[in-house]
Amino acid sequence: MDFSFDPKANYEATKQSAGYVNRREATQESYDRIGFMSGLEVHQQLLTKEKLFCHCPAGLYNKHSDFDAEIIRHMRPTLSELGEYDGTALMEFKTRKEIIYRIKNETACTYEVDDTPPFPIDREALGIAIEISLLSKLNIVGEVHITRKQYLDGSIPTGFQRTAIIGVEGEIPLKNKTIRLIQLSIEEDSCREISDIGHVRIYKTDRLGMPLIETVTYPDCVNPDEVMEACNYIRFLNRSTGKVRSGIGAGRQDVNVSCKGGTRVEIKGVAHTRWIPELTHVEAFRQWSLLLLRDELKKRFPSHKEWRISHNSLAGMDLGLTYGPLAKAIGENQAVMAVKLPGFKGALSHFTQPGNMFANEISDRLKVIACLEKPNMVHTESFDQEVSAESWQMIGKLLSAKKDDALIIIWGPQTDMKTALEVIEERCLMAFEGVPNETRKSFPDGTTIFERVLPGADRMYPDTDSAPIPLEDEYINSLKKNIPTEVVERYQQLKKWQVPEDTYTYIFSKNYFPLVERIVNELHIDPRFLGCFVGHRLKNLMGKQKKSQQFRVEKIYDLFAYLVKNQLDPSLAWPMLTELIAHPRMDFDSVLASIKFKRFSKEEILGKIPYLEEKFAPIRRKEGEHHKTNWMMGQLRMMATGNIALNYLANQIK
Amino acid sequence: MSEDIFQGYKGDALETLKKYNTRVWGQAEVDTTRGRFFGTILPRSENDDDKHIVMKIPTGYNVGIDIRTITGMKETGYKKANYKIPEKQFPTTPGLPHVKLFGTGGTIASRLDYRTGAVIPAFSPGELYGAVPELADICNLDTEKLFAVFSENMGPKQYIGLAKAIGKEIEQGIDGIVVGHGTDTLHHTGAALTFMCQNLPVPVVLVGSQRSSDRPSSDAALNLMHAMKAAGQSDIAEVMVCMFGPTSDEYGLLHKGTRVRKMHSSYRSTFRTIGDTPLAMINRNTISPIHKTYNKRRNDRKVNILPYYSDEVTMLYYYPGMKPDTLDALTDAGYRGVIIVGTGLGHVNKELYPAIERAHAKGVHMFMTLQTIWGYVHMFVYDTGRDMMAKGIIPTGNMLPEVAFIKLSWVLGQTDDPAEVKRLMLTPVNDEITPREPYNGYLVYQGGVPEVEDFIRKVHK
Ligand SMILES: [Zn+2]
Repeated sequence: MDFSFDPKANYEATKQSAGYVNRREATQESYDRIGFMSGLEVHQQLLTKEKLFCHCPAGLYNKHSDFDAEIIRHMRPTLSELGEYDGTALMEFKTRKEIIYRIKNETACTYEVDDTPPFPIDREALGIAIEISLLSKLNIVGEVHITRKQYLDGSIPTGFQRTAIIGVEGEIPLKNKTIRLIQLSIEEDSCREISDIGHVRIYKTDRLGMPLIETVTYPDCVNPDEVMEACNYIRFLNRSTGKVRSGIGAGRQDVNVSCKGGTRVEIKGVAHTRWIPELTHVEAFRQWSLLLLRDELKKRFPSHKEWRISHNSLAGMDLGLTYGPLAKAIGENQAVMAVKLPGFKGALSHFTQPGNMFANEISDRLKVIACLEKPNMVHTESFDQEVSAESWQMIGKLLSAKKDDALIIIWGPQTDMKTALEVIEERCLMAFEGVPNETRKSFPDGTTIFERVLPGADRMYPDTDSAPIPLEDEYINSLKKNIPTEVVERYQQLKKWQVPEDTYTYIFSKNYFPLVERIVNELHIDPRFLGCFVGHRLKNLMGKQKKSQQFRVEKIYDLFAYLVKNQLDPSLAWPMLTELIAHPRMDFDSVLASIKFKRFSKEEILGKIPYLEEKFAPIRRKEGEHHKTNWMMGQLRMMATGNIALNYLANQIK
Repeated sequence: MSEDIFQGYKGDALETLKKYNTRVWGQAEVDTTRGRFFGTILPRSENDDDKHIVMKIPTGYNVGIDIRTITGMKETGYKKANYKIPEKQFPTTPGLPHVKLFGTGGTIASRLDYRTGAVIPAFSPGELYGAVPELADICNLDTEKLFAVFSENMGPKQYIGLAKAIGKEIEQGIDGIVVGHGTDTLHHTGAALTFMCQNLPVPVVLVGSQRSSDRPSSDAALNLMHAMKAAGQSDIAEVMVCMFGPTSDEYGLLHKGTRVRKMHSSYRSTFRTIGDTPLAMINRNTISPIHKTYNKRRNDRKVNILPYYSDEVTMLYYYPGMKPDTLDALTDAGYRGVIIVGTGLGHVNKELYPAIERAHAKGVHMFMTLQTIWGYVHMFVYDTGRDMMAKGIIPTGNMLPEVAFIKLSWVLGQTDDPAEVKRLMLTPVNDEITPREPYNGYLVYQGGVPEVEDFIRKVHK
């Protein structure tokens, strides 16, 4: 064993050689150098009354503890139509998970738990999916074929998701380029996970079966910001129909990332668009670092076919292992295993992501595949030195470890050890190949962990329970009449109106453009003012107010209509909105009273100007001449607001 | 031999494929008024229309193209998919029981047929081992495909064929028999084999699956494991149905072939023992008898095969207002036996009396069973019941209607003598009529009732 080795220095050195920089410092050159490539799968729940293949209500959610019954299932891999087992399938089978579904009568029937075949597809959902496909410039299929897409993680009790393609080959416009779309599918949403501990995974079935669409792009994005821009565009496009759900979990995306020489890795279930840049940045560099590790290992082992781990049980030995979780496992008579990775010195502490090293890749897989709860391993290159040099020395001797070897200790139930050892060897062998094909789970800090092996196209089967649904030209043409103007046109309209750009995201993500447009067209309110009113004022108040959920945003139209009808100045909407959101039921007259508004004629207000000029004279010396207007505006604002336009007043003062 | 290169296509769709020289399994670029599509042309289900062509696009999904929108089509490649279940040698393990699996055409392990969208069963021991390797830990397996029919097409010919095949296997020393079977008429076959294979020295276990094994959540693998275990290792030498107990993947139940019934169109736990408790619970480790008495496994080979059947038996499901001409028609058509499925304790209206008298006079054997499924026929309680008995209708206790039908068919295959028919019908072969109904033989709990809700929250349904 080599105890002079400094894992921290190695970590920093490998980070440096990967050329890892913070995202803020990264330029397009940084991404071009490593061949950054990324695409998206954007999921969006549709706003329908019922679920996609049964008549349960959509959009009702239950708490974890609120359920009427539980059902247990185990998932077995099945043969694909090509007569092969899918890779993910076999991995999931290896984990031998017992899946428990918590069912609430109100939100799940016998269809959700796979005790009844599907009912015909929800027509409302199908119509919305086609409208969005048309907006996405996709080629609409002639016949919708329901397909089964296998998921063995248990997230769907059947073991597959019913899904169908609505359109292929479309595009969306970004600021500087066009992103091509591969396809749009309609599918049933999956269960929500409650917990996943050891060999038991618990789901609830409230969300299961809700209609969802998935828009898939080509990997056309060449930097993290572009991925976010594309994602926003797709989400805004979906929202622009007004027929999709909003709120937490209603829109989620999977982000596919690779670097030059890397592999497509799918980051699953990214809940917020704003997380995308950091996640894609970190993932591209993780892959780049793994490729460097591969090159290093290949130097050490030109042929790795013979490379194998070796292991030794540490049961019943006094090795001075005092690290808490490990000592606890020993105390509980769990299996404790030392594993030797020949020639892997430096590999375990090789940089992968900020705060993560290659050893984490092994630990993550031990959790998911072998069901060993974390912390599940210690190793010779850990920064924290959980195991003393003396103990490692003894263990090294047991395994006849040489200077360039690395050691790992794992612990857990005896029955999981076989799989655990396979997992370690398998992940190490993958390091010789580069980047494993996998899906990864995201964290807000931009890092990811292993989730499962990436499934292939092999897991698609025709659904024998459903007949194909023809889509006639006539039907599609009738849907074309419903579709809103394109998001890109709306962008341009806001620009033309000189609405500040920092309001756009809020206006599009909430789909308030139609409201703004209607108020401008019908009530002739200044669009720039209205844009700020919605994009700044409303956003700000809605974020702060607890009662804001009860406030119907459509009421803003009524507010302006009221002001116009009563010949009040639109600026009065600014103070009125605070009251309205706090008291959603209050009528406009009462709102005016509560903000202490009084009517004054133009003459009355302007008549105050000479008096105020006199009053300002003694202050002038101190404050300076140029503050006169500001001071006088301050004195008159309350009186003027709602009665005359403030810019008119300002002009009169000058 | 020319291969069908347009599998399943017909009419206009077929003409379109021919026009553009494109085959099934050909990779094609299709230009349409809706844009361009690329993918592999798939066979089309024969029941679907002739206006669309099915393609598998590169992402693995299938889509249909409306031929009326097609403006051009070009075959750019060809790649035929081969559906095959990996076949592995089923290992022989000394010391494990020898089990024979008879196939009738039901789905146990399977793969998909693209043309019909139907499921093709996997069946050879090698195929089964490839799909459910755990079977090798339970028994040594041999298989034989007797027929290839769907459950609803099982009938007299198949019952007799099965009974004879079972007899032969037993003579040759098998330790247990499993019959793979579609679930719809599993209980009819259970009754038929009980009557035809008497004095069994080994278990005969009927098994199917409610969810075909082409889906990961299928009950097929677990049912098969349970059935093999019951056949090879249990000491219950009866004809049994082995299917899921609850809908959860937890345990199976062994039901007597004469007391079992399919009670839900799609649930996994669809089979229930009626008017009694099941014979036993079974999981991958243990078989726990529920019944205290049952026919025990023996070492002798003295099975009694009685492969009789008459197809001149029918059932009459009574409804209020039924006219006598329904029964007259059956009599005139030459049916020799009628199982009447009556209301309540076993009733039909008075209007039918003349038809009943007429049928009886013509020698038609009539037996009364119940629409209530649970309970006994009690024809002494009301006058109408006594009237009917006087007119020749014989009550069958708590025999299930389908079982009575199968039994009468079996009986009339042997004799036409009224006294002998009556004796055979009312002498139970294996509990098709039981002397008593235990208090827990009828449990149909009502959802919504607080204590029931409490129960299903705690116990896996
Ligand atoms: Zn439902």
